[in-house]
Amino acid sequence: MSEQKIGRHSARTITRADLSEAVYQRVGLSRTESSDLVQTVLDEICDAAARGETVKLSSFGSFVVRSKGQRIGRNPKTGVEVPILPRRVMVFKPSNVLKSRINGGAANGSDKD
Amino acid sequence: MIKSELVQRMAARNPHLYQRDVENIVDAILDEITAGLARGERVELRGFGAFSTKQRSARTGRNPRTGDQVPVVEKVVPFFKTGKEMRERLNKPPHV
Repeated sequence: MSEQKIGRHSARTITRADLSEAVYQRVGLSRTESSDLVQTVLDEICDAAARGETVKLSSFGSFVVRSKGQRIGRNPKTGVEVPILPRRVMVFKPSNVLKSRINGGAANGSDKD
Repeated sequence: MIKSELVQRMAARNPHLYQRDVENIVDAILDEITAGLARGERVELRGFGAFSTKQRSARTGRNPRTGDQVPVVEKVVPFFKTGKEMRERLNKPPHV
């Protein structure tokens, strides 16, 4: 994705290093262990999704695995029709709390996730 | 899997940590992602995926039940794009 297309994100990008730093500040383990634990959390979420499980993280959102059927796609450049095989995709459903916080709200709003 | 199950799994893998610490670890991660998105930043986790936000302009919506027109205010919505490694993992045999 080009940088020009994402105007309001020009600020900066958060990476694993920032998440590790947040864990380090909050829990007070070593930096090495904090960064290992960040990876473990991501791995656990990935593993559950790969098993086909929905991962529900209250007040954040859910990762849902969906199965898509076969359909006919098209190469946008050449116009050639190509079959898109059945596949599984992961979608993220943000919780109401997350949506509200991104719009400048406090962690209010009803939330069932 | 829900958050408490994630915490339990983490605790089982890290027996030297208190359950309370594990809860704090998971919350620190989710809070940091949320805070970044709230500042309009992008969160990129290679192999997992990337969180970003998208601007939605104000529009006139309709109450689907009554058909009444209702104004919908401008808002920012969170968006997640699955990472390449994760996408490939979801479609590895025997699942597909």
